[in-house]
Amino acid sequence: MTSLVEVSHATKRYGAIEAVRDISFMLEPGQTVALVGHNGAGKTTLIKLMLGLIRATEGHVRVFGEDPAAGGIGTRRRLGYLPESVSFNTALTGREVLAFYARLKSESVDGIRALLDRVGLAKAAERRIGTYSKGMRQRLGLAQALIGRPRLLLFDEPTTGLDPGLRMEFYEIVSELRERGATVVLSSHVLTELEERTERVIIVNRGRLVADGTLDELRRIAELPATVRVSVAQGGMEKVQNLLGAQASIRTFNGHRIEVDATPSQKIDLVRRAADAGDLIEDIDVIPPSLDELYAHFLRKEAP
Amino acid sequence: MRNIALIAAKEIQESLRNRWVLAMTALLAALALSLTFLGSAPTGTVGARALDIVIVSLSSLTIFLVPLVALLISHDAIVGETERGTMLLLLSYPVSRGQVLLGKFVGHIAILAFATVLGYGTAAVTLAATGAAIDAESWTAFAGMIGTSILLGAVFIAIGYLISVLVRERATAAGVAIGVWLLFVVVFDMALLGVLVVDQGRTISSGTLSALLLLNPTDVYRLLNLAGATNVSAFSGMSGLAGAVALGPAKLLCALAAWTLVPLAAAAMIFSRREL
Repeated sequence: MTSLVEVSHATKRYGAIEAVRDISFMLEPGQTVALVGHNGAGKTTLIKLMLGLIRATEGHVRVFGEDPAAGGIGTRRRLGYLPESVSFNTALTGREVLAFYARLKSESVDGIRALLDRVGLAKAAERRIGTYSKGMRQRLGLAQALIGRPRLLLFDEPTTGLDPGLRMEFYEIVSELRERGATVVLSSHVLTELEERTERVIIVNRGRLVADGTLDELRRIAELPATVRVSVAQGGMEKVQNLLGAQASIRTFNGHRIEVDATPSQKIDLVRRAADAGDLIEDIDVIPPSLDELYAHFLRKEAP
Repeated sequence: MRNIALIAAKEIQESLRNRWVLAMTALLAALALSLTFLGSAPTGTVGARALDIVIVSLSSLTIFLVPLVALLISHDAIVGETERGTMLLLLSYPVSRGQVLLGKFVGHIAILAFATVLGYGTAAVTLAATGAAIDAESWTAFAGMIGTSILLGAVFIAIGYLISVLVRERATAAGVAIGVWLLFVVVFDMALLGVLVVDQGRTISSGTLSALLLLNPTDVYRLLNLAGATNVSAFSGMSGLAGAVALGPAKLLCALAAWTLVPLAAAAMIFSRREL
């Protein structure tokens, strides 16, 4: 079995603008992958390349082993897509729109009821889409992407502008998809929004791939310092500071809290030394670098 | 085939839902009825060939209205869906761009045909119900008029698609569509008339004139309906021109078909190469 998706040295130029520059990656069955980058970093272009809506200027893209731009019917039937800010004709009802898309995929319309139920639109099925809220339209968009149990799902900024409740529901559906072995690609412009729900992260910046791996791998590569925060008992400030040694990054807060940035190798040593202080300290916290810091690190690294 | 039918059905369903079809049918019926009954005043109610008069007035109405309506429903077919974001989703489905365009074409023709048959048919049926004597020849000419009106609509729907795939914004498409309408319905004939007056028959032969008339689908339609049937041409005052132009109905119909197929094929070609 070859990879589900293979993007190989793909470059896409629009005139003088290079939307995507020499990007390569493979997606395996059952993976949940986050595609992260600023607005305009090339995420949507990559998704369109995988959908076959545009052709790569250089390099090639294979989906299910075929060129998606060749318009293979078989490929597209196994693919679900949720565009960024999805829209529908407002004159039709939710059920009618889903029936149309199901027929286009040569699927039975019997499954529609269950799909509408799954995304929580059962009650609004007979209402015109013109009366739907933004969240309901997004639900409908998700429902159409799920038609025909696709094996590859491409969600372009699926949770942007959704309320937290809806976002939770969305990730529940994503984990169901993962359990049944589908490959899911989620794009986002903030890493934190993905809430560590994806096993793999691909970061793109200005059309280039700057990082590809699991969050733990990325943390290791980035070697970002963690923060060790020590709460000091009354009057023990000086002693604890001496114990921790001369650290460049030491910061004290209102006489009873100390924070030190520590690389992964320094961390253990620091905690041990702090523990030696015994009663002088009240609490120790080790705060790992946040997803935002991690993301910012990779974007900075790429900047010329 | 299945995909074309699905897209056509969706197009019809949407137009029924947003009352486009209703509005169009009502407009055509109202104008046809008023032309039929108010327009017959100069000829008197005992006119022997009442339906032929109606054909003359409805043909003239069609030349103005049908291209306008056809461009109105077609100019936004591609660029509108692209701008609203529905095209991107549609094309991620197992359907080719050619199928999308053809499906829309079939749907739009069906809507236009429905409105024309019902709108104009109402006028003829009402006329027959009021007791006017109508012979078989007139009925044939009337049916021919409806058929060619739909064909004229097809021409402008195809032209509308071509506009729709060429521009990047809906507003541009609307502007270009109005320009095209003005060109074919108003400017072309005025310019041609001006040239003929200036020329005084010195260099423009009747063959050249025929060729020039074929360059405008509305003129082809005019020749087909106003100069075709002998009775009708007598009323329309087109018999002089019809004599000068050596073009049979078959050639004229072929010209209209070409005016439909060429823009449609061009639109399909440009659309399938376009990057979204």
